[in-house]
Amino acid sequence: MTEAVFAPWDDPTEKPLIRFKSVTKRFGDFTAIDDLTLDIFEQEFFALLGPSGCGKTTLMRMLAGFESPTSGVIELAGEDIAPIPPNKRAVNMMFQSYALFPHLSVYENIAFGLRRAKMPKADLETRVAEMLKLTRLEKFARRKPHQISGGQRQRVALARSLAKAPKLLLLDEPLGALDAKLRQATQFELMDIQEKTGTTFVIVTHDQEEAMTVASRVAVMDEGRVMQVATPEHIYEAPSSLYVADFIGDVNIIDGQANAKGDGTFEISWHEGQAPLHATSKRAFTDGQSCHLALRPEKVSIHSEKPDQIDNAVPGKILDIAYLGNLSTYHVEIPGGKVMKAQVANTRRVSRRSFTWEDDVWLSWTNTAGVLLDQ
Amino acid sequence: MQRFVLIAVPYVWLLALFLVPFVIVFKISLSDIALAIPPYTPTLKDGFATFLAGLDFENFVFLTSDDLYWKAYLSSLQIAVLSTAFTLCVAYPIAYGMARAPEEWRPTLMMLVILPFWTSFLIRVYAWMGILSQEGFLNQFLLWSGLINDPLTILNTNAAVYIGIVYTYLPFMILPIYAALDRLDGSLIEAAEDLGCSRFQAFWLVTIPLSKNGIIAGCFLVFIPALGEFVIPSLLGGSQTLMIGKVLWEEFFNNRDWPVASAVAVILLLILIIPIVLFQRNQQKQAEEEL
Amino acid sequence: MNRLSWFNVTSLTLGFAFLYLPMLILIVYSFNDSKLVTVWAGFSTKWYGELLQNEAFLDAAWVTLKVAVMSSTLATILGTMAAYVLVRGGRFMGRTLFSGMIYAPLVMPEVITGLSLLLLFIGIGLDRGVLTIVLAHTTFSMCFVSVVVSSRLLTFDRSLEEAALDLGCSAFEAFRLVTLPIIAPAVISGWLLAFTLSLDDLVIASFTAGPSATTLPIKIFSAVRLGVSPEINALSTIMIAIVAVGVITASLVTKRNLVRQQQEERAAAQAG
Repeated sequence: MTEAVFAPWDDPTEKPLIRFKSVTKRFGDFTAIDDLTLDIFEQEFFALLGPSGCGKTTLMRMLAGFESPTSGVIELAGEDIAPIPPNKRAVNMMFQSYALFPHLSVYENIAFGLRRAKMPKADLETRVAEMLKLTRLEKFARRKPHQISGGQRQRVALARSLAKAPKLLLLDEPLGALDAKLRQATQFELMDIQEKTGTTFVIVTHDQEEAMTVASRVAVMDEGRVMQVATPEHIYEAPSSLYVADFIGDVNIIDGQANAKGDGTFEISWHEGQAPLHATSKRAFTDGQSCHLALRPEKVSIHSEKPDQIDNAVPGKILDIAYLGNLSTYHVEIPGGKVMKAQVANTRRVSRRSFTWEDDVWLSWTNTAGVLLDQ
Repeated sequence: MQRFVLIAVPYVWLLALFLVPFVIVFKISLSDIALAIPPYTPTLKDGFATFLAGLDFENFVFLTSDDLYWKAYLSSLQIAVLSTAFTLCVAYPIAYGMARAPEEWRPTLMMLVILPFWTSFLIRVYAWMGILSQEGFLNQFLLWSGLINDPLTILNTNAAVYIGIVYTYLPFMILPIYAALDRLDGSLIEAAEDLGCSRFQAFWLVTIPLSKNGIIAGCFLVFIPALGEFVIPSLLGGSQTLMIGKVLWEEFFNNRDWPVASAVAVILLLILIIPIVLFQRNQQKQAEEEL
Repeated sequence: MNRLSWFNVTSLTLGFAFLYLPMLILIVYSFNDSKLVTVWAGFSTKWYGELLQNEAFLDAAWVTLKVAVMSSTLATILGTMAAYVLVRGGRFMGRTLFSGMIYAPLVMPEVITGLSLLLLFIGIGLDRGVLTIVLAHTTFSMCFVSVVVSSRLLTFDRSLEEAALDLGCSAFEAFRLVTLPIIAPAVISGWLLAFTLSLDDLVIASFTAGPSATTLPIKIFSAVRLGVSPEINALSTIMIAIVAVGVITASLVTKRNLVRQQQEERAAAQAG
């Protein structure tokens, strides 16, 4: 039962596969990557997540060798890769556009890299067959890229970049061109293939759900800096900043002043005439320091009467109800005019819903439900 | 009714001024030269039976027996093939450079390529006469730089014809290649390099095959008109430069041998049909691929 | 990606030097004082003066212009009709022959076209002159016009025409009020193409021109055969200048319209 959890980043003796050491990349006046330091370990499925223009693609292109850092060092397995041109790196990339060669068949696309490496014919055939099998493309080997579907093209691109068994596979928005249903199925397929091959994957995406689903660790980036690197659970439950909290999932933010109550508990005064809120935090706050309480909507409960025996309760009025099928999100205006969201699972039929528009309600949550942030 | 007029007007025009003239050329190519006006026999005035009886392949037999014509066809082919190859060598780097140039420059570069196409063909050929002659600018420059001691004879040789064809037909080669290279997705080159290609291998294995259609189109666009070229060989070429367009012209205007000139034209057309059909196929295939 | 490597810079520089140097030399030496075209003897515009007094050239230029205007206008009308028939005509008897006759002149050697037309004109006893040149030029340039126009018609959204018909237009009104305004740029460039083809043409004009009408290219050709002359340089310079001004103006106008359209679209998007 006590199978070791895969967490090389917590093991100080583990050597990272990739190491960014104070890497900066400028394009003219524009700083795409700003003094970035980051370790990625072997067999990780590492996601670079951020809005467009945050530098995630630049970071990936530096790994592939299409860009070189303005300053700083990138190491692959302990070696500085700056002088190695892209065609000599043990790194392969799956392009956002897939970049399948339109004049070559699926088979020849997959064999392309192996032929460059002068792999003997027999080995090459075995390897391509293996790749075709892995990506379930056996039937399409003779087709040209324009004769197969988008999802199949995506798999060809994956097979082609995996064929050379790279130490590191870079995936640039690999699922961006697929529709929602196919994307979900493909996410699991990617994880499956990553596990089977044991290759280190670095994926660039702007889709937080995708990053959360596939990655062992996620780096949230903004304006060329890494805001937080952690496991998906950690990023979601314990974001280190308002930016990360806001970027990943839905969040309510309540601003106030913190006062220590001992035992890592803080009292937060947030609105005149309202009882202070309570929250626990490992972070230290000086008394009266301004702080932000980040609360996920699903951690907020909704009641018709003021609940007893609860850490935090705030009165409010329902403005809107968004019915999402499995869930309903209530938009509740609280004193001070702020609107909070509370998410409730729809375990009952809609007709028996207990709340409706304009109802006066109470919102409540526990001390440990939220994260207290200083920035 | 409207539709009928719409179709009939251009149709009849082309029939009368394009197709009928060819039938006439074909007919005259089967006639004999005569000291008359018009200078051939038979004509329809002689009555239909005599007219038909008077037609024969004598002129074509004559063309095969006189090796002037053989040589003219062969040297036309040779000049057209070689100059197409030269044009390709000159055009490809230019088209490549254009496709790799910054986005905002490209419309200007395109215009610079097209501009010569709008200026008079005759003038562009003429411009080279002053450059290639014995005392021309090229010789002046070479003598000045010390590369040669005696002026080279370039004008009135086949070399001048090659230069002239490359120069005048260059835009026809650049544009289709540029169009193909411009469409080329840059990430394909990166993908090739990522998979272990050197710069040159990526160029050879990806860029060239993917610009193949542009290259083929460009080659036809140069080869077809070059084969029947008249102005360039007559202005830049010498007396020993044999090109079929020139031969036809001289046969017609200087020797006033209309039947032989017509026969020369018919054979030129037959030679041209092969590349024209191939070109048409290539264009069609390309159009289908784009769908 | 978009940085130019030294190789690209070199090939572009050499390539454009090759394209433009000959014309540049020609232009510079049209201002040469000396009769010897390859020896510079000081700046002068005297060749332009002499050119303006050369009646033969002026007459030929006038004939050429007349021929070009008439033939390109006719060719535009016929070519646009032909394009419409090709793209929208549906099936009719001899459609293959028709499209063959449209495309064949594009690749036909000029000597053959010229020869065949001359034989036709002699056959039907038509005196050679301005009329025969116009007929000849119209025939081959209408094919170029129809290629330009039909490529525009192919990308034309057919539902616009259907909307016009739906709103009560006759077929001709739909063409005049909807199709023509939209394809107008292609029709205009077709006309310009036909016009320059006619201005340029030497070979076909040589076959179809008679003693009563000589065009400028024929005049230039017979003068040039004897060698380079500064007067021809001056004439060439004028012709190059006209074309350059025309093409550059046209492309600037097109670009300005494009920029304006983009600005308007952006403004509309923001307002919306």
